[in-house]
Amino acid sequence: MSKEELEKKAMISLLHIASAWYDQMKSGEIPSISLPSRTKFNIEYDDASEVWKYGDKESMRNAASAKSATHLLKMAYVIGFIKQQLRENRSSTLREMYYISEGWKRAKFGAQDESNYLIEDLEILSDVPREGFHLHPEENGASIYGPMRIREETRRGMKTIHCQDDVGLAGYTIPNSVENIEFVDHDAKFVIAIETGGMYDRLIENGFDEEYHAILLHLKGQPARSTRRMLNKISSNWDLPILAFTDGDPWSYRIYGSVAYGSIKSAHMSELLATPKAQFLGLRPSDIRDYDLPSDTLTEKDIEALRSELTDPRFATDFWRKEINLQLELGLKSEQQAFAAHGLDFVTKKYLPTRLSEMGII
Amino acid sequence: MPQLPRWLRLVLADELAKQQRSISVAEFFEKNKHLLGFDSPTRGVITTIKEAVDNSLDACEEAQVLPDIFISIKKTGNDIFRIIVEDNGPGIVPAQIPFVFGKLLYGSRFHQIRQTRGQQGIGISAAVLYAQLTSGLPSIVISRTGHKEPAYRFEIQIKIETNEPDIIAQGPFEWDRIHGTRVQIEFRSTMAAKKKLLEYLRYTSVVNPHARFRVELDDESFTFERVSQEVIVCPVAIQPHPHGIELGQFKRMTAASNQNLIDFLEEGFSRVGKKTAQDMCDRAGLKSSLKAKGLSADQQKALLAAMQEIAVPAPPTSQCLSPIGEELIRRGLDKEFQMDFVAARTRATSVFSGHPFMVEAAIGYGGKLPAEGNAIILRFANRVPLMYQQGACAITECIANVNWKNYNLSQQGLPMGPVLILVHVASTNVPFTSESKDAIASIPEIEKEIVLALQDLGRELKNFVSRRDKNKLAEDRARAVCAIIPEIAVKVSEIVEKPLVDTSPIEGRLMRKLIAKKWTRDGKVTIELANYSGHEGEISAYDISADNATDAVPKADFVSEMDGQFTKVWKMTIPAKSVWHVSYTGKGGGILEIRGVDDNKKMVVDLDV
Repeated sequence: MSKEELEKKAMISLLHIASAWYDQMKSGEIPSISLPSRTKFNIEYDDASEVWKYGDKESMRNAASAKSATHLLKMAYVIGFIKQQLRENRSSTLREMYYISEGWKRAKFGAQDESNYLIEDLEILSDVPREGFHLHPEENGASIYGPMRIREETRRGMKTIHCQDDVGLAGYTIPNSVENIEFVDHDAKFVIAIETGGMYDRLIENGFDEEYHAILLHLKGQPARSTRRMLNKISSNWDLPILAFTDGDPWSYRIYGSVAYGSIKSAHMSELLATPKAQFLGLRPSDIRDYDLPSDTLTEKDIEALRSELTDPRFATDFWRKEINLQLELGLKSEQQAFAAHGLDFVTKKYLPTRLSEMGII
Repeated sequence: MPQLPRWLRLVLADELAKQQRSISVAEFFEKNKHLLGFDSPTRGVITTIKEAVDNSLDACEEAQVLPDIFISIKKTGNDIFRIIVEDNGPGIVPAQIPFVFGKLLYGSRFHQIRQTRGQQGIGISAAVLYAQLTSGLPSIVISRTGHKEPAYRFEIQIKIETNEPDIIAQGPFEWDRIHGTRVQIEFRSTMAAKKKLLEYLRYTSVVNPHARFRVELDDESFTFERVSQEVIVCPVAIQPHPHGIELGQFKRMTAASNQNLIDFLEEGFSRVGKKTAQDMCDRAGLKSSLKAKGLSADQQKALLAAMQEIAVPAPPTSQCLSPIGEELIRRGLDKEFQMDFVAARTRATSVFSGHPFMVEAAIGYGGKLPAEGNAIILRFANRVPLMYQQGACAITECIANVNWKNYNLSQQGLPMGPVLILVHVASTNVPFTSESKDAIASIPEIEKEIVLALQDLGRELKNFVSRRDKNKLAEDRARAVCAIIPEIAVKVSEIVEKPLVDTSPIEGRLMRKLIAKKWTRDGKVTIELANYSGHEGEISAYDISADNATDAVPKADFVSEMDGQFTKVWKMTIPAKSVWHVSYTGKGGGILEIRGVDDNKKMVVDLDV
């Protein structure tokens, strides 16, 4: 969809919401709106697109209580704000919108989470990603390093960038909007998406990208939308295997989950953001045992999170059930950097090559 | 002889029976301060004040006076504090004073079976001893028994080796009080427990609503006012019950008697008649004509065992216990804690091992109680607050054993949230876990009564909370419909670029009430009364704010000013389904009150809030 089409669709769907409320009030009804319920109990696997999407469960919001009426009022203010922004062809960041709401009196947001969540609601209702509302995240993208060449439209014209030769040690920084990037060519066999900066730097320093023709991508913890969109695009354009390499704890498995299956929060955009072919490389609970890695004891919260993952449909596979149950049994977790206990080269000389050949990647 | 605590009986046994190495009670105390609540300097202050205040309250009760108690704590030197407690009680005759304050274990109340605060009479003299051990100063007592008598002043210490009073000075004294007692004790301490001390006084004031306490703490002063003018009826002593007596006490009773067995049993014990007394003698295999005094040790044991076996009705309870009463507990709590809800229960008297007891409980909710954390627990035994060892107390255990989730309170062991729980156990013999009298022991009969009282109160609290939530829900809905939906209407109409949609039909359909709204826009205040109630109403609107509303249209029927606040009154008749307006220049705010309609038929919404 072109930029203009997207904006037109955004305008039409948002005005449609407002008109519906207008008509409801005109006929003496309390304004209301229904939305898919955004919890893990309402996500379903979509066979056609191979990603997890919201199911049929809907929750109804109506203005019958002060809390939900205020929510609708806020939504009306945001729709008004987006309408004005689209009409004047301006844009703002999510954080800027949060600050602008300071002037909205009763409709002002209490915290930025609240305004971000409301924007996601509007994405779901209108089926338009927030770029179509001229709203951007302020989070800076993660970085990527490896044998690939992209072309990016910048304010100083078109630039072609090779992600090893034309960038510094830190790699190429993924921009907020990946939509305008062209994927030129590559000499890679696979992509490793890495949770921590320490491990990303370790692999670059050890020359792992050159030796194994690997594209290295730093997820920076829970990956931003643009990072996930980048992986999605690399996978669909070049059909390269995508491997997630994270810490060995329940929170890191969720990072893998959001890369591969999409996050519960943005399941409405799973088709654009998720990379269903992504595989989990490690660090696996069985690695803690097999490599005798230095580890920490699971906290109450860790255990709770692991148990919750056992009921999460995205983790309902034999592989995950086995690994999570093993971890609960061990009562331990390890960080990626724990491999350093066996020497700085261990991860690139021993662990990764072994695991990659097991997985049939090399 | 009195009923003594077990450890003291052992000491006395040591001293009297074996006559080996004699150890005086005073000497014993010096080595075992913790048993009496003098284990740390900070605790010493509280224990001393507690003992003195207990004595004052008991004395006033006996004399049927409303207690006025003055308490002062002043630092007089390095770590030395002077504690003064003064009351308007009946006073003590001069001959008794040295014994009351200068001899441990001297007390008149030992011998009686009725509810009293101090049960052992060791308290205040222990403080005198503690003072003498830490500061070396004698304690000063001034007392006067009436306007015809002069006041007397004593400086007293205790002879540690013999447990006898040591009078340093004595003589008549010029005192402005007609009757009362003043004690001044100085000892080494700190004021680290100031918070706990004030808490103790506050709690004492809750369960003694007929007393007034004035407190001076260095430079600060506090008053805990009385809320009841009724003097407490002094509990009447009863005879011991055959099921509640122990061998030691029984021996002393037989030794003091010159009656034959049947009369000794009938007159010496409560609820024992001729027939029961005869049954007891028969069961023990003793002739009823034997003299009680002449029984051998084995005969005494046999008779005591027989007394336990014969069924005897429970002891009389109505006079020997003095409950606070539901009404006074509520008033006492109301005075010290501002809460939204208070309910109290006084259970019927009951008996454990021959001792009458009674449980009272109260629950407070909301108001100024802290919204987070565990409930505040107030434990009392015979109107005395229990300040220490909450975790070891049967009261705490009972509270934790009630399933508060049934009553919509959250609970983690103890209930949580803005809740206060008070439990008072009154008995002729409160079973404490230790001699410092900090915690009540687990006695199934008492625990059962506590739990029943708490469950009853829990149900009442649940009703209150759900009623309040219902009202809240209605108010919440009114806010949504009358204040927020109109704002949605303004914004949405602007977005779709159509005329402003009128939301009053929604209001009318949902509210079926008289809706009063007040809002301020561009320096103009508007009040709108919309009558959706279904019938005509004679309404008065009272609008109180800093605006004088001289340009109001329509004009106010009546305006008055007080301290810069103008009360504007409009009187009007509003037919069903119609709307009345007034507007004037002003800043808004203040209070809008509507009269002439039932509370549940009206709703006032300030749109500026």
